[in-house]
Amino acid sequence: MGVEFLVANTVMLILTVIAAVITVLLRDLLAAAIALAMMSLLLSLEFFILQAPDVAIAQAGVGACLSTAILIIAIKGTKRMEDE
Amino acid sequence: MTEMTRIVKTIANILFPFTMIFGLYIITHGHLTPGGGFQGGAVIASGCALLLVTYGSRWVLTRIKEKRLAAFESMGAIGFITIALLGIVFSMVFFGNFLAGSNLLFGNVPATGSTLADLNTGGVLPLMNFAVGVKVIAGLFVIILIMSYASSIKEWGQ
Repeated sequence: MGVEFLVANTVMLILTVIAAVITVLLRDLLAAAIALAMMSLLLSLEFFILQAPDVAIAQAGVGACLSTAILIIAIKGTKRMEDE
Repeated sequence: MTEMTRIVKTIANILFPFTMIFGLYIITHGHLTPGGGFQGGAVIASGCALLLVTYGSRWVLTRIKEKRLAAFESMGAIGFITIALLGIVFSMVFFGNFLAGSNLLFGNVPATGSTLADLNTGGVLPLMNFAVGVKVIAGLFVIILIMSYASSIKEWGQ
């Protein structure tokens, strides 16, 4: 565990938290779903850095693709913008 | 969902076989490399979701019915539990690995030391990975398919 491990770990965690905050703050639900997919992809990279490639593949497949597809279909069936 | 433009269709036609090959690779090498039935099944279901978004749920439903996907899901579960029960018959233990070391299907004994990975090892583990893969592909794809189809029914007013 060298210094590059620490730097990559810290940068990836900060980006994950930033993506999560963006997801909460956005009023456009479609953009929020895309930001959630970005958070999930960064989380999967974090799993890969922590030497769990098994969990990383599952997170990238289910979290970043399938749950985003389900959310987008649900948004298509309801409303795009969040109410005040 | 309705169909997308020709650009999206071309890109999806190029990317779909690579997604399929990657998912099948993860399922097939599940006992040697990271991944397994669930992960590879999720990757293949992602490729099927790409096809669904590109061509629309009606086009997909003319190719494969949701009843057939439900049958595939049940076949995966039945295959998994059948292999586990065959362990009782052949090696007296539930989940017994009766194929390992038998020089039959997936029955080679792995070489010790730093050698190349032999795919033909692992006993019943690759067969269980195939069963779990079929179950996860059908289960995850039928969720998105039915949800998209119900959304399009509401949109088209039928």
